[in-house]
Amino acid sequence: MPNLDIVGVSKHYGTIAALDDVTLHVGDREYVCILGPSGCGKTTLIKCVAGIEQPDQGQIFIDGRPMQNALIEDRRIGYVFQDIALFPHLSVKDNLSYALAVRHAPKDRVLTVANEMLDLINMRDRSKSYPRELSGGAQQKVAVGRAIATGSHLFLLDEPLGALDALVRAELRYDLKRLAIDLGLTIIHVTHDQEEALSIADRIVVMKRGKIVEVGKPSEIYLSPKSIFTENFVGETNLLEGRIIETNVSSCVVQLGSHKIELPVSGKVGGQRVVVSIRPEFITLTRRTTEIGGGWAGRIKQAAFLGDIYRYGVQVDGETDMVVHVPSTGETGGFAVGESVNVALGKSGHMLLFNYPVEGLEKETALE
Amino acid sequence: MQNAKTQTGISRSMLHELLVRAERLSASPFVTKSVYSIALAFFLLIVIAPAIAGILAQLFSLPDLKLSSEVVARMQSAIVWSFLIGLSVSSLDVLAGIPFAWLIVRRREHWTTILDSLADIPFVIPTVALGFSILEFWSTPSGIGMIFGADKVVSPGMLLIMLLHFAFSFPVIVRVMVGEFLNYRETFEVAARTLGASGFTAVRTITLPILRPGILAGFLLALARSLSETGATIVVAGAFENGTVFINNARGAGLTTAIVIASLLLIICSLLVFALTKILAPRIRIAPLRVWPNFEKRLSGRSSIEARNAISLGIFFVFVLLPCLFIALPAIMAMADGTVNEAIAGVGPWAGFWSSMLLSYVLALLATTINVAFGLPVAVLIARNRFGQKATKIIDALVDLPIIVPSLALGVSLSFFWSRLGALPEFWVLVLAHTTITYSYFVRAMTASVQGIAPELEETARTLGAHPLRVFRKITLPLTKYSLLSGAILVFTRSVDETGATSAVSKVMKTAPVLLVDWIRGNVAVTPGERALGIGFLVATSFVALVVLRLIALRQSRRK
Amino acid sequence: MPSISFMNVTKRFDKLLALDRLTFDVESGEYVCVLGPTGSGKTTLLRLIAGLLNPDDGTIFFDGRSVNTLEAHDRNAVYVPQQYALFPHLTVLENVAFGPLARNKSEVEAREIASKTLETVKLSWRAQALPGELSGGMQQRVALARGLASGADLLLLDEPLGALDARLRLELRHKLRELVKQSGMTAIHVTHDRDEAMSVADRIMILRAGRILDYGTPSRAYTKPAGIFVANLIGGASFLEGTVDAVTPDFSLIRMRGGLQIRGPSELFASDEPIILGIRREQVRILADKFEAENILEGEIREVRFLGSTREYVIRLTNGDRIVSRRFLEGKNPAFATGQRIYVSFKKRDVMTFAYPSQGLRKELEMV
Repeated sequence: MPNLDIVGVSKHYGTIAALDDVTLHVGDREYVCILGPSGCGKTTLIKCVAGIEQPDQGQIFIDGRPMQNALIEDRRIGYVFQDIALFPHLSVKDNLSYALAVRHAPKDRVLTVANEMLDLINMRDRSKSYPRELSGGAQQKVAVGRAIATGSHLFLLDEPLGALDALVRAELRYDLKRLAIDLGLTIIHVTHDQEEALSIADRIVVMKRGKIVEVGKPSEIYLSPKSIFTENFVGETNLLEGRIIETNVSSCVVQLGSHKIELPVSGKVGGQRVVVSIRPEFITLTRRTTEIGGGWAGRIKQAAFLGDIYRYGVQVDGETDMVVHVPSTGETGGFAVGESVNVALGKSGHMLLFNYPVEGLEKETALE
Repeated sequence: MQNAKTQTGISRSMLHELLVRAERLSASPFVTKSVYSIALAFFLLIVIAPAIAGILAQLFSLPDLKLSSEVVARMQSAIVWSFLIGLSVSSLDVLAGIPFAWLIVRRREHWTTILDSLADIPFVIPTVALGFSILEFWSTPSGIGMIFGADKVVSPGMLLIMLLHFAFSFPVIVRVMVGEFLNYRETFEVAARTLGASGFTAVRTITLPILRPGILAGFLLALARSLSETGATIVVAGAFENGTVFINNARGAGLTTAIVIASLLLIICSLLVFALTKILAPRIRIAPLRVWPNFEKRLSGRSSIEARNAISLGIFFVFVLLPCLFIALPAIMAMADGTVNEAIAGVGPWAGFWSSMLLSYVLALLATTINVAFGLPVAVLIARNRFGQKATKIIDALVDLPIIVPSLALGVSLSFFWSRLGALPEFWVLVLAHTTITYSYFVRAMTASVQGIAPELEETARTLGAHPLRVFRKITLPLTKYSLLSGAILVFTRSVDETGATSAVSKVMKTAPVLLVDWIRGNVAVTPGERALGIGFLVATSFVALVVLRLIALRQSRRK
Repeated sequence: MPSISFMNVTKRFDKLLALDRLTFDVESGEYVCVLGPTGSGKTTLLRLIAGLLNPDDGTIFFDGRSVNTLEAHDRNAVYVPQQYALFPHLTVLENVAFGPLARNKSEVEAREIASKTLETVKLSWRAQALPGELSGGMQQRVALARGLASGADLLLLDEPLGALDARLRLELRHKLRELVKQSGMTAIHVTHDRDEAMSVADRIMILRAGRILDYGTPSRAYTKPAGIFVANLIGGASFLEGTVDAVTPDFSLIRMRGGLQIRGPSELFASDEPIILGIRREQVRILADKFEAENILEGEIREVRFLGSTREYVIRLTNGDRIVSRRFLEGKNPAFATGQRIYVSFKKRDVMTFAYPSQGLRKELEMV
């Protein structure tokens, strides 16, 4: 059953490295999401796996077999394209059965499989329609059905939900995952949408500028990533610059503006520049009743109601801006713009400490 | 000094004032509609109406429609042959042109870009020169027959006409197909391959069916050229008669009735064939998929591809390029043996030659200027549906008329129309004829170009406060200027090339290619050297045009 | 005086009714988001305001004056299409200066305005670049700057962030609102992304099949949605079928499928009236053991979804209905496992009630 090995794959376009020494193993029936900003190489990577592009260096193995000289049509991989690419001159039924027709399968087999696919995607009543008559979501389903009809168990999905409305996307992604589980498929799903990746992936591969930044389970990637890029890219976070002012055996103290926090991190050097990351949902706000008093003083600069949460822009020390999410079902009611608040950074387990990036914080966390 | 400065200063601000006034004027929908209407009126009244009305008027003014049965038989067979030749040659061109265009687009190496330019050569060489070159190549002892020790390989006649038409329609197909392949979303083909189709299968079942409209358009264009062409066909026809040769012979014999009826028949049949093809062809249902995987896989293999390319290149060289370039040899030889000096001195037949060349260029310049001025609004009108969808469809179809109608028949109709209307000097009838023939080329090129600009660009400009004239000046024009230039050059070269309508209209004046037909057929006594050199001069100027066109295309692609 | 006023505006394309008797106001300086699925008529609405289309019926007023016959270039309403439509042959500076120049400002003045605006979007350093050389996010900022510099009163944004990566969208949406508010322009921002609309809008207009379903603040649209479609579009919910058994001044008794009875808010129902219940995900609590509550139902965890700051649990109740619960701040491991038997609880005041839709629940929820 298909597992995939990408070993040391590199690809250059002129001087630009689209892929830089990428190594990845995907096990049988795994659902792996490759997540990264546009231009990070994720599409180039799956194109190399499919044989649409050829790597300059490195090897690709499917079930242990090297794919060096294998043509696209011989690799038996299902591929769903970002721009859907349904054949405009063929009906839905003909699109779905193309894979079989091309193999000169007997007519009745072609018909059976076509009907199976139509049932799978729930589109029996539209079998004679043409792609241009279908909605975006319907087209997407046909594209997936068309790939499944190949009978492959290894699938490469290039932003399969990209052309859809936000709400349709949020629904269809679970259908996709369910399909993968039901049919026992190995999936590599490329996306730039972190919520999509977090919600359905078994493992997430974060890529940036042609390199793999890190790999992990969704909860690991979100709650304890190893790189500051991942921390900033996957979901929102507050990145606070500071300095180490005290080191102990198993902890250290960081100076963040006018505030001091202690973190259970060892191995730091006094005076070292660091970045503390804390996600908006881990910060607590309380009303500040007097000017003097403990806690980090802040002022509400923006307030927005997002339904299940309030989103606040809070400024501390007169210059540092933070984003805070407060559940709307909680006890603390809504704050108004201009109000004074106490900012509590939550449990130490919620804060991550990173060394200040060599290239500078802005460059390291750049989203494009 | 001071005065000069203020003078230029004043004129610049005056220009600015003028522009501002013009822009504000363009803000009124009445003004913009008027501009479009005037351009449209020009098209309908000066281009379309005379072309159709002339022949009809002449028909109704004929004293009787009596023709001898022999003439009728000749006429019938001539017209049928025109269409048989046209349809078969165009089909062959499509079959040969598609693999050739594929090679150019998919194999992006240095030599394929050279191939791209070479493929244009038959397009830019005036067809008269082509005709002569092909005659020399296939039908004389000094041609390809030399290899076999034969006097000739193909005698003047139907087969030679087919070879001629194949050669000059080939670049039309290649141009269209290269454009189609470049605009084609390769993702479709890749998708087919991920589904298990071999390269050949993917192209056969997916790419070509999707490109069917483009292939059809190319086919119809090649057909139009074949039906229209007069000068070169006369040169290679020998005793054979197709439609245009027949009409030309009838003119020589003064058989007015035959001319009128034959022209009318050609026009009607052309319109019918085109209309039928355009309506029926898209409706042909694509047969359900039948694939022979093993066989087609072998066709996708390296050796099959190389074999296909070799055959494609072979056909191109033997049947298109060599025959077209063959004229270069005698021309160069004539340059060496002193004929050149006589030519430059304007001695003997050369006096007439140079005045013909001058006439050709003046006509071309006038036709180009008029077409750009009046054709541009019509192009924008069509591209942006300014008069509503239904009206635009009709105008769009009408623009094709001058191409579909064979130019000789068009010329006949025009000369009838303007001679009835009064004493319009021959020169101006020629100008109108050249304008009419080349109108469609410019409008087609510009329409496609304007359509290529996203409408959002102009819309956003409007909402930013720009009046229509400003939008045109600052947005539309800069983004289509390359197409405008190449469109203008296209019109210019087509006009210089023109033989059909010109020969129908001209009684006294002769343009260069029409004169050269006389030279080739021996109606004017010239030596072979002089003949070759005359053709050489005509070809040389067209080559300059080709180079300029290529440079423009290069700059345009670099800008992208 | 409202800045924009629509009075019974209708627009047809051949047989398609794109907009059906739209009537609404937008106040000067307001930031309104038009939210709706693809094909709902949002772009048509924008183009009508811009003057790129003319209404078939009804009148559009700007500041009290009818503009039905006013040409686009005289309307003072700048249209920013989804792909930005930056003029590819002009530099960034020339693009931004286009508006002022078109309004007959001098070259010098226009350039100055353009430079100042480029500063506010932090793109002065790219003033001489051509649009094709810029990244997606930068192009978006240039398009915005061009609109802001134009001196117009109205800014019409058609999915301004649609072409950008999900993470970038998160980053830029607040800056977008900030810049527009600073300029004082009235903005209409069309989107299909409800998170985006909730974050930036003063008021949200919900459009479906050419009709306005709701028009109000994000908070009102969320807490008191006008119908099932709106409730689903803004915030999502679990929808269940039920019949009203009895009503008391305190609560109502509603019988769901399989005889399960719950308490809802006390409202004017007819007896035996069939209704649809809606409960927001964050208002559904999951408990390991049963205890006293207004509503408590037994169920089984069917699916666990990790969304980063929240986890969603899809629960199958004993009567076969599905209900989704959203929990915050759970940490690396889910509190409940698939297959676990648990109890769900929610307050009666959190139960939203809707009349039973005539075309059935599924059709009502369809995103068209």
